[in-house]
Amino acid sequence: MSPERRPSFVATVWLVTRKDLLIEFRSREVVYTTLFFAVACVLVFAFGFVREGIAVDDAAAGILWIAIAFSGTLALGRTFERERQNDTLRALMLAPVDRPALYVGKLVGVLLLLAAVEVIVTPLVALMFVAPLFAHPLLMGLLLATGTIGFAAVGTLFAAMLVRARSRDVLLPILLYPITIPVIIAGVRGTAALLQPQADLPIARMWLSMLVFFDIVFITLALWTFEPAMTE
Amino acid sequence: MRRLLSLSFAFIFVALPAFALQQPPSPPEGFVPASSVPGQEQLPAAPLVIIAYAVVWLLVLGYLWSIWSRLTQAERELADVSRRLATGQRR
Amino acid sequence: MTKLFTPLLIVTAALFAYAPFAIQNAPYESTMGLVQKIFYFHVPAWIAMFLAAMVCGIAGAIVIFAGRKDADRVAQAAAELAVVFGLMGLITGPLWGRKAWGVWWQWDARLTSALVMWLVFVAYLLLRKYGGAGSEKLSAVLALFGMANVPFVYWSVNVWRTVHPKTSVVMTLEPSMGIPFLLCSLAFVGLFAVLLAARVRLETVRGSVDELYLSLED
Repeated sequence: MSPERRPSFVATVWLVTRKDLLIEFRSREVVYTTLFFAVACVLVFAFGFVREGIAVDDAAAGILWIAIAFSGTLALGRTFERERQNDTLRALMLAPVDRPALYVGKLVGVLLLLAAVEVIVTPLVALMFVAPLFAHPLLMGLLLATGTIGFAAVGTLFAAMLVRARSRDVLLPILLYPITIPVIIAGVRGTAALLQPQADLPIARMWLSMLVFFDIVFITLALWTFEPAMTE
Repeated sequence: MRRLLSLSFAFIFVALPAFALQQPPSPPEGFVPASSVPGQEQLPAAPLVIIAYAVVWLLVLGYLWSIWSRLTQAERELADVSRRLATGQRR
Repeated sequence: MTKLFTPLLIVTAALFAYAPFAIQNAPYESTMGLVQKIFYFHVPAWIAMFLAAMVCGIAGAIVIFAGRKDADRVAQAAAELAVVFGLMGLITGPLWGRKAWGVWWQWDARLTSALVMWLVFVAYLLLRKYGGAGSEKLSAVLALFGMANVPFVYWSVNVWRTVHPKTSVVMTLEPSMGIPFLLCSLAFVGLFAVLLAARVRLETVRGSVDELYLSLED
């Protein structure tokens, strides 16, 4: 590919995302297994937190976000395991494209996957815990979106860097969870604020703004460090 | 692209303190020195204070010892390898 | 740089030797009594931990963007120190809290965020130990992200209700308490610098050993 015909940033992102979606669509392995895992997660926590048929206060918010965090970790691991098996990540890095675009392409793929999981799991949690998660759909949706973006942004970078490391399966959660704890806190507290009998909108908006800030900072950091960190 | 990233990064670092200072400051709870404290209040606290300081000292000394022992081991290894290199031995 | 080591060591040792006297002579706090005196080591330990975290993060950034090996040694040393000083803070805090608040642990923002920061650096050490070759850059990224997390973590103190004394308490200390506190803080900062230098030296020696092994095989 001659330098003049180097694909644009957006084109590269789309190429990478499209590649991931096509591969996933053929077998649908990761989306089905992640979805099932998320549902199983919710069930296990349900048995833990429901007493005499009534869930503990704020349990719904916590369970939703924990299920997202756990299944997100799984999805990240599986997505990059696929890259490792065929050493395609190195091939991608050798391509004459913007490296940060590769990161964004993988991130969009992971986000679409998690969005598919959340579309199923959120109504499920609302149902099982009799929680009015859809009373304020826009705010709830924004909380989910920004929280998932924050989690996936850090996770995609770490998972990409761990591709060639030893013990990568257990190291991903060890590295990811401490860094994304602010995301989980903000997500859970924001969701819990919305689940109150009198939904506390200002608090929910405050947590939302913290999530937005977190996303901006960490996506910027990830874009900045992706190329130097992935190359020798 | 890099310039855009650098600019956004710089903006964030400037905006962060502004953001953090948005919350109205509440009156500070200070420590108030007392001229004397009744005797019986001191006793239950003493073991806690002693343990706290003991733990700090133990950690400091323990870590110092750990560095020292690892350092002597590494220096011994260094001397060993240098000697073997000097005498031209091969493994 | 190495010329400063011995004077710094002497000054730090002197500060630590004097500290018990300064702390004993400091007045009792009116509501908390004797147990508040843990403060003189507890807060400086956290100060040292945050200092170590910053050094690790900055060194990590240098490793990523400038690829310097000596920065990696500093990062590793600082991460270990962050874990050690953090452990001091995490043990002395609950000991104080047990008497002052009645419970060993409170899930308020300051405690939680300090624990989270400590975990980031434990994760750093686990990564270096078990991640195999090439973990230098990933651990540097982790340190950088950990450092970037500090404002988020500190900010939540102002957002959550908390029983923890607010940050501003340090500014309003009376001199009778302020001076021992300052002495102890300086002692801990000095201790951090001394331990950092020693630990970096260990890494440097290990690096030389590795290089010599490599040339031995040639």
